[in-house]
Amino acid sequence: MIHAFTSKWVKPKHAIIAAPWLWLSVFFVLPFVFVLKISFSEALLAQPPYDTIIRDIDEGLITLKINLGTYLLLFEDSLYLEALLGSLKVATISTLLCLLIGYPMAYGIASAPKAWRLPLLMLIILPFWTSFLIRIYAWIGLLKANGLINTLLLKIGIIDQPLTILYTNTAVYIGIVYNYLPFLILPLYATLVRLDRTLLEAAADLGCRPWRQFTSITLPQSMPGVLAGCMLVFIPVMGEFVIPDLLGGPDTLMLGKLMWMEFFNNKDWPLASALAVILLIVLVVPFMLMRHFEAKAAEELA
Amino acid sequence: MRRMPVLLIILILGYVFLYGPILSLIVYSFNASKLVTVWSGFSTKWYAALLQNDALLEAAGLSVKIAAVVASLSVLLGTLAAIVLVRYKKSRGTRNLAMLVTAPMVMPEVIIGLSLLLLFIAMEDLIGWPKGRGQLTIILAHTTFAMAYVTLIVQSRLAHMDPSLEEVAEDLGARPATVFFAITLPLIAPALLAGWLLAFTLSLDDLVVANFVSGPGATTLPMVVYSSVRLGVSPEINALATLIVVFVSVAVCVSGFVLHRQEKRREAEQ
Repeated sequence: MIHAFTSKWVKPKHAIIAAPWLWLSVFFVLPFVFVLKISFSEALLAQPPYDTIIRDIDEGLITLKINLGTYLLLFEDSLYLEALLGSLKVATISTLLCLLIGYPMAYGIASAPKAWRLPLLMLIILPFWTSFLIRIYAWIGLLKANGLINTLLLKIGIIDQPLTILYTNTAVYIGIVYNYLPFLILPLYATLVRLDRTLLEAAADLGCRPWRQFTSITLPQSMPGVLAGCMLVFIPVMGEFVIPDLLGGPDTLMLGKLMWMEFFNNKDWPLASALAVILLIVLVVPFMLMRHFEAKAAEELA
Repeated sequence: MRRMPVLLIILILGYVFLYGPILSLIVYSFNASKLVTVWSGFSTKWYAALLQNDALLEAAGLSVKIAAVVASLSVLLGTLAAIVLVRYKKSRGTRNLAMLVTAPMVMPEVIIGLSLLLLFIAMEDLIGWPKGRGQLTIILAHTTFAMAYVTLIVQSRLAHMDPSLEEVAEDLGARPATVFFAITLPLIAPALLAGWLLAFTLSLDDLVVANFVSGPGATTLPMVVYSSVRLGVSPEINALATLIVVFVSVAVCVSGFVLHRQEKRREAEQ
């Protein structure tokens, strides 16, 4: 097969290989070069029309001296460190919450009768296909001081003062878990459904109790799925902007939101670029880990 | 599951969590009152208001147009990438491509948006293309992350495909192009359709990247929705949400039914 391709079809083959490569190099890799360049530029120079790269190289020494300033500012002002820690905290807690809700759900779907699995899985994906902005908007209606949840709780008599949930970190967690839950359930389901059930039966025959069966057989076998799912939640949440912006309050400090504000409100392009560089550096390690666990999960599935 | 009622309860609660907010939107889209919590009778006036909102309709039209182009481009590029990943597995370049293709899926949108905007500005500066920012730049940006999802879907379909059909055609003297269009393409068609639909929704739904790379002339639907959500509650959004939910449910049910039937046919064949 491959031989036939190489001998008869040399030119189209090269086109096939080149097209996706070229597209991703130009529109995915190359942009980071410009982010890096702008992050080392001075605020006014960076805004269009700004100097060409060639002139920058000519004045390399001078610009280099001025430009490290953006990064120094990031270390001097504690705001940026707080935003980084805030992002890490929100991403970690929401990933754990997703796991807490998503694992039993994925397990439930995987152990449902075979005919039920596809419809149940479809029901997980369906909300993901509707607009995410509208799903966040739905939560605003539910969480507001005079929203549905508060009205219900007041009517039942559980509370006599409306709870403040909207514009707090709690609302951010709810919004993130709601939006990212499918990303955890799907890879987890894929590993759980291929679980070797004979091992469980053997354990049961030997008198192993259900909880022991779960902790010593099911959980270890599903670890690649757990880790891949966690990374699929953790990495994008680190840079999340819309959810903290619409559901969070002034004390919700995250890198993605800060980057957006520096770019659109303060028009400080070098600072926004520098924040992007920092965020990228922080995310490279989880990304590498994810690739590792994905490869492992794929190996185990094969 | 029969042995574990706890699991059933968790599943039911999970689905209530997923669908509760959406159901509340649908119910209140028929509410006569502007207030979310007050029910003052059944009314379809928000649907009428939606149909008169020109800015929103125009943005929706633009979004659909962009999404259709993005989906088609993504299917083209994603399929090429999938072919490379499945058929030329052994080279090191392929492994790098596998890494590169999945990266946009997990990259935070703010970074993709910012970096592409800086690229477009620099390109216009250096080679004069693309001129300004608008539809074209949004299409280029969306295709970059949507093709990753298409690649993933088509790749898994190609990898699970029975190679003997292609080999037979080749042995009978069919040229590679004929083999591809007569055998491979029909076999992976469902994956292409699924990929097209996913790329379409991803583009239709994107706010962050579009906001970075669009110019004053191009406002997409999510941008309009975002600003009206920020300004406060507008019941028209409930009506819009309901229409989207109905549309998506029908599309997913139909494609689910088709996939299910194919699955059954495949099982019957084996």
